[in-house]
Amino acid sequence: MNAGAEVLLRVENLRVSIGESQILGGVSFGVRQGGITGLLGRNGVGKTTTLRGILGLLPRTGTVTLAGESLTALPVHEIVRRGVGYVPEDRDVFAGLTIEENLRLTERAGSEHRYPLVYELFPELRDRAAQLAGTLSGGQQQMLSLARALLNASNRILLIDEPTKGLSPVVVKRVAEALQRAAEVTTILLVEQNLAVARHLVRDVVVLDQGLVTFAGDIAELIDDPALARRHLGLSAAGH
Amino acid sequence: MSTIVLLIVTGLGLGALYFLVAAGLSLIWGLMRVLNFAHGAFFTVAAYTGFFAAAALAGTSPWVGWFASLVAGTFVGAVFATLTEIALIRPLYRRPVGQVLVTVGLALATLALVEGAFGADPRQVTVPPWMAATTSMLGAAIPNTRFVVIVLAALVLFGLLFFLRRTRYGLIVRAGVENRDMVSALGIDVQRAFTLVFAIGGAAAGLAGVLAATYYGTIDPGRGTAMLISAFIVVVIGGLGSIAGSALAAVLVGLLQQFLNFYAAAGVGDFAVVLLLAVVLLVRPGGLLGGKSA
Ligand SMILES: Nc1ncnc2c1ncn2[C@@H]1O[C@H](COP(=O)(O)OP(=O)(O)OP(=O)(O)O)[C@@H](O)[C@H]1O
Ligand SMILES: [Mg+2]
Repeated sequence: MNAGAEVLLRVENLRVSIGESQILGGVSFGVRQGGITGLLGRNGVGKTTTLRGILGLLPRTGTVTLAGESLTALPVHEIVRRGVGYVPEDRDVFAGLTIEENLRLTERAGSEHRYPLVYELFPELRDRAAQLAGTLSGGQQQMLSLARALLNASNRILLIDEPTKGLSPVVVKRVAEALQRAAEVTTILLVEQNLAVARHLVRDVVVLDQGLVTFAGDIAELIDDPALARRHLGLSAAGH
Repeated sequence: MSTIVLLIVTGLGLGALYFLVAAGLSLIWGLMRVLNFAHGAFFTVAAYTGFFAAAALAGTSPWVGWFASLVAGTFVGAVFATLTEIALIRPLYRRPVGQVLVTVGLALATLALVEGAFGADPRQVTVPPWMAATTSMLGAAIPNTRFVVIVLAALVLFGLLFFLRRTRYGLIVRAGVENRDMVSALGIDVQRAFTLVFAIGGAAAGLAGVLAATYYGTIDPGRGTAMLISAFIVVVIGGLGSIAGSALAAVLVGLLQQFLNFYAAAGVGDFAVVLLLAVVLLVRPGGLLGGKSA
């Protein structure tokens, strides 16, 4: 891992098995305080599983520490309350609740200071407050899911899983901007398949392959070296 | 005409009892994915608690005794359900087969205990004289107990809808019915909502136990099981997890039973209810109002 800023989140020897099959075979990496760290890798290598494992949403072994405090034995909601926010891959907004209710559900002490930022980034969430989340477009659902995580001023790190997946270029740009703004107030661990977006936002990068970390370092080092990029990400021409 | 009115009110009264049992079953399933076979036990224990509470106050006004039985039954239903959740359901978190077995076991054990202690024969309950009387409505003489049951169940329905739509915990329950993992991932202790939902469901089932005694004029150990079966049917027809759906289905089932048992033949109504269940499962597998908790 790069020298410099201190490590905020440390994952050590994370193993997850579902049924008979081992999905993660001992993942270890650190996320530096501040900015955006990327978690990359081909489809199905275990990126989502890593995030869910950190949160304790899956049975796992290994250790997870946040700023030196062990989270490993805590239940999911306690891990989140210690400051780990989650924006899942499939958004998981509550379809039968309105936008306003989705946001209210997430509120904690300090949320009132985050509403201005959330509404500045995503004004449609205020304009459509009474609309059921299930009737929102995919992009709007993604905004709501991001807003939910941003509302928690006590979050120290956000785990964000493929926020630009399936979105039009215009919305991808808005989401990328929102991530950049969010990174000013919190650390982010970002899974992102859109390498142009990742290249733009991410500083450090961790690459997974078959349930193990195969590369950890500077993103430029990885993407700008075609041989490295091909080996780790399965790409012929990356970093455009 | 008077027969139809009587059948409607009686059907609604029966539906009201079904609803009170079904409401908790539906919320418990919706939020926790637990099929709570012990729900009939909450009903039965509450019915006997109510009976003895009223008996203990036999010297006072019958209204005092009746009201005490209502309060005691509801309270005991809530406490029994809360203890069940904490002691039996929680340790088996995410082990559905274990949870089903433990609730079935509790149901059977409770039935055996109640029968052993108080006998299998029905016991007469005393109700205030006004309730034993009838009110004439469009030519029909309607037992006043029917109105009492219907009004109280309607109050519970509105109370539950208020809870679900207007309170913080109601919001958590509605979100949890959709995706309880995501509720945890927002930093909310969803376990507390589980316990609360069990307590509310147990209270409603307890109230149903006492009101069924008022409605039928007797209590016996077996009625809880019969109610449980009807309530399960109601929950599936209405849509698992939906309170409004349970209310709608309870009324449908109560009316269908009353009318067909009267106009066709005894038993046809019960058969028709099972048929309705099959049709709903084929046409709308999610139930009439499935997927919405409030
Ligand atoms: N519930 C499950 N049961 C069985 N296998 C699973 C389950 N969840 C995930 N897997 C498997 O675990 C592996 C890793 O999945 P994961 O979703 O973490 O990958 P990912 O890196 O996020 O992929 P993608 O880029 O497509 O989102 C995959 O092979 C997947 O099929
Ligand atoms: Mg994934």
